[in-house]
Amino acid sequence: MPKLTIDGIEIEVAPGTSVLQACEQLGIEIPRFCFHERLSVPANCRMCLVEMERSPKPIASCAMPCGDGMVIRTDTEVVHKARKGVMEFLLINHPLDCPICDQGGECDLQDQAMAFGFDRSRYAENKRAVKEKNLGPLIKTFMTRCIHCTRCIRFADEIAGTPELGATGRSEQMEVGTYIEKAITSELSGNLIDICPVGALTSKPYQFNARPWELRKTETIDVLDAVGSNIRVDARGGEVMRVLPRLHEDVNEEWISDRTRFACDGLRRQRLDRPYVRCDGKLRPASWDEAFAAIAERLEGLDGSQIAALAGDLCDAESMLALKELMAALGSANLDCRQDGAALDPAARAGYLFNTTIAGIEQADAILIVGANPRWEATMVNARIRKRWLMGGLSVGVIGPNVDLGYRTDHLGAGPQTLQELAAGDHAFAKTLAKAERPMLIVGMGALARPDGAAVLAAARSAAETFGLVKEDWNGFNVLHTAAARVGGLELGFVPGEGGRGTAGILDGARNGEVKLVWLLGADEIGADRFGDAFVVYQGHHGDRGAHRADVILPGAAYTEKNGTYVNTEGRPQRGKQAVFPPGEAREDWKILRAFSDRVGRTLPYDSLEQLRGHMAQVAPRLARIDEIEPAEWQAFGKAGKMDAAPFASPVEVFYMTDPISRASATMAKCISQIVGEGEKRTGTDG
Amino acid sequence: MSFGAPAPESQQPDGFVFSAENLKRAKQIIARYPSGRQQSALLPLLDLAQRQNENWLPRAAMDYVAELLEIPPIRAYEVASFYTMFNKAPVGRHFIQVCTTTPCWLCGSADVLKAVKDETGLAPGGMADDGSLSVIEVECLGACVNAPMVQVNDDYYEDLSYDRMVSLIRALKAGEAPKVGSQTGRKGSQALSGPTSLLDPALAVGAPAKPKASRPKAEAKSAEKAEPEKAEADKVEAEKVEPEKADPAKVEAENAESEKLEAPDGETAKGRATAKTKPRPPSTKDKD
Repeated sequence: MPKLTIDGIEIEVAPGTSVLQACEQLGIEIPRFCFHERLSVPANCRMCLVEMERSPKPIASCAMPCGDGMVIRTDTEVVHKARKGVMEFLLINHPLDCPICDQGGECDLQDQAMAFGFDRSRYAENKRAVKEKNLGPLIKTFMTRCIHCTRCIRFADEIAGTPELGATGRSEQMEVGTYIEKAITSELSGNLIDICPVGALTSKPYQFNARPWELRKTETIDVLDAVGSNIRVDARGGEVMRVLPRLHEDVNEEWISDRTRFACDGLRRQRLDRPYVRCDGKLRPASWDEAFAAIAERLEGLDGSQIAALAGDLCDAESMLALKELMAALGSANLDCRQDGAALDPAARAGYLFNTTIAGIEQADAILIVGANPRWEATMVNARIRKRWLMGGLSVGVIGPNVDLGYRTDHLGAGPQTLQELAAGDHAFAKTLAKAERPMLIVGMGALARPDGAAVLAAARSAAETFGLVKEDWNGFNVLHTAAARVGGLELGFVPGEGGRGTAGILDGARNGEVKLVWLLGADEIGADRFGDAFVVYQGHHGDRGAHRADVILPGAAYTEKNGTYVNTEGRPQRGKQAVFPPGEAREDWKILRAFSDRVGRTLPYDSLEQLRGHMAQVAPRLARIDEIEPAEWQAFGKAGKMDAAPFASPVEVFYMTDPISRASATMAKCISQIVGEGEKRTGTDG
Repeated sequence: MSFGAPAPESQQPDGFVFSAENLKRAKQIIARYPSGRQQSALLPLLDLAQRQNENWLPRAAMDYVAELLEIPPIRAYEVASFYTMFNKAPVGRHFIQVCTTTPCWLCGSADVLKAVKDETGLAPGGMADDGSLSVIEVECLGACVNAPMVQVNDDYYEDLSYDRMVSLIRALKAGEAPKVGSQTGRKGSQALSGPTSLLDPALAVGAPAKPKASRPKAEAKSAEKAEPEKAEADKVEAEKVEPEKADPAKVEAENAESEKLEAPDGETAKGRATAKTKPRPPSTKDKD
């Protein structure tokens, strides 16, 4: 534990701490550009110079490890002069275009030039100009502004695992880029915009849209995958302008995926802003009263067993609870939150959670991925696996689609057969798993959302038990969800009650006329032709698949427009906050359900969100303990049976479009045409 | 031409692979580095690729080398674009690099450039239509003593003037192999007026009695063999001066001779012989 003195204050730090970090622990701000906590240290910007006793020159504090007895001064004439000098050099080739730069107002260079720079320039020569690069539809470049901190190069290389950026040329001609024109293919590329300390890499969809000081910032939760990334939604007026990551060490660290970041323009398109009722085969705008009347009329005389409800992938827990209780009031036990038919057992929590937790991945030493493509299904989980892989000593085996995950994997096989072989010990990877101290198994929806899902789940469980994945202080069994609402729904018991029908049963019933009314709460992943002649009520925010089939549309709120609780794949409840109001006549979902229950005379017992949450805390106490994970008890789940030989396929066919919001996003459509390529199959409303 | 930028697609070949011989050499080069550090072989491998591909490095070659070393292609692009000695676009069969840094410029590199222009019609950056010649202007190549100079492929041509450059180009065009090095006939980087100092061989301790500079080459070689005898003679001399310190002096004299034996090789033997006449500092051992 080296002990050193910084500005006259003694401090003891952990070995290997850099002087800059030690200064930070004391609350002393050291300016920097190239240094980033999560990246390697190149020490090339020289902005963090401080004075060290017995050193003839100022030292770069980011790269200097603390030594015992060091005496550091950060507030001397020498340091000030060094900073001014460095800043002057950095500004020599930096254009003075802050008024037209998107980084203006949140620019490290701007801020530090104000705080530590010189107030005039002595440079009268021509500045250099650098040709723009085309890095694809998400990142706009202005390479003349680049100060060569190389953060983007290191991010692409280390965190994203797509080493496509580099510094080419030398000296005055050095340029940061891809050398050969190409779009960045990483799903984490948006983070380059955040880590760029200047305006060289900015957001293309957001270009010239807003200034940071005009924006209203709301700290909330992402719902476009099941990771529950912590985000900040920046809105101006009623419009979401952009989405940025928020620090949560145990979930997304400080990164988010491109879908989370750039799909927000989908919140403005294809929106349902008023109720619709289908008359003579056509949807006609209607008032709330008319819409409710149409449903109530249809409900009249229907038995509970003829009514069903399906919850979609983006629903908050509050509205799912309200719908569940409305269904109970109507006498129906036909409800399901697993619209893809995933064979998850709501009774055994350990069987549907990511038990190891995302942060726990860093302790694993062997990972078996079954039927999942984490890079597309849960980008942040994949980034964590890569982080663990970079530390060394991790072997990863994959059963399912053989895809490049950004780290070395052993492709063991494509389907359930390999899983059986492995469990029987007939596979080289079985030894690796058996030897590992902290082995992990990740089962994706590609393995569970199929007719033999329960058997696959049982096989995975038995493999987990065979290889000792579950120990006293370690649970290596993990289910990787793709839907933000799924775990919340399972925790709330949004599953068929006694004698009730599940997703498959509801769809069968709708086809053969046994189910006459289906209430879709944002359920958009089911083909329109599968509801037969049933009367479909669609409550949701986008005119997507569900709305196309609907007989009555009730306009709800998207995740940025309501306060809601979401439980991520680890079982971590988090609260999303309202950033803007729902458009037009759209309302928060639980309010719609509450109002409708009143209309049909079965009033739900809550009048405010607080009351509803209080009620939810009683029904599912875990959902009230925000940001806390309750470890699940290991018990039997799944149903052993015959498994189909068909290979596992990831439910995410195209990373950029997985849900109604990203399907409506023009940016995501551009990503597909420019990054994925023209020939790639498109999904959703695109065709 | 933008510095370090790749050649346009139209000039890029479809693919690149090492010839069997070069692949063998590449494997040898890679084997020099410990496992996990193969990327250290990047620089020599890129050079090998450039030599195989008519003295320029197409994108396919960088990709190929990167693949061979299991590193991302961008790492090869970074290195290749950093070094000016890697040509990222096609060059002529005779790739003339005219140094125009200050010493060469002071000694008339402008005339050299003009000679190139007049003789071939090529300005720096230009390439002859038949691909026989291309010219660029480069920074210091480290032969300032013999300025002005040009580098053609791997060879230096020094002490140029307008006329000498013209005849050099003509010779190259005619397919001759012009003499490498100084074009005025001076040896190495000898002073232009010949040796001016340290002319007295007697000043040299352990030096041959007669300056070798006047001897023909063949003799110089046989002289090398004769040297141990002379060393013996020197030793006798040393013994005369300080008979009681004979042994250390003998050892030193032998050391001095073994140095000489390692040094010479045909081309510069005479120059070195001259250098050998330089007096050695008095041996510290004498004071022991």
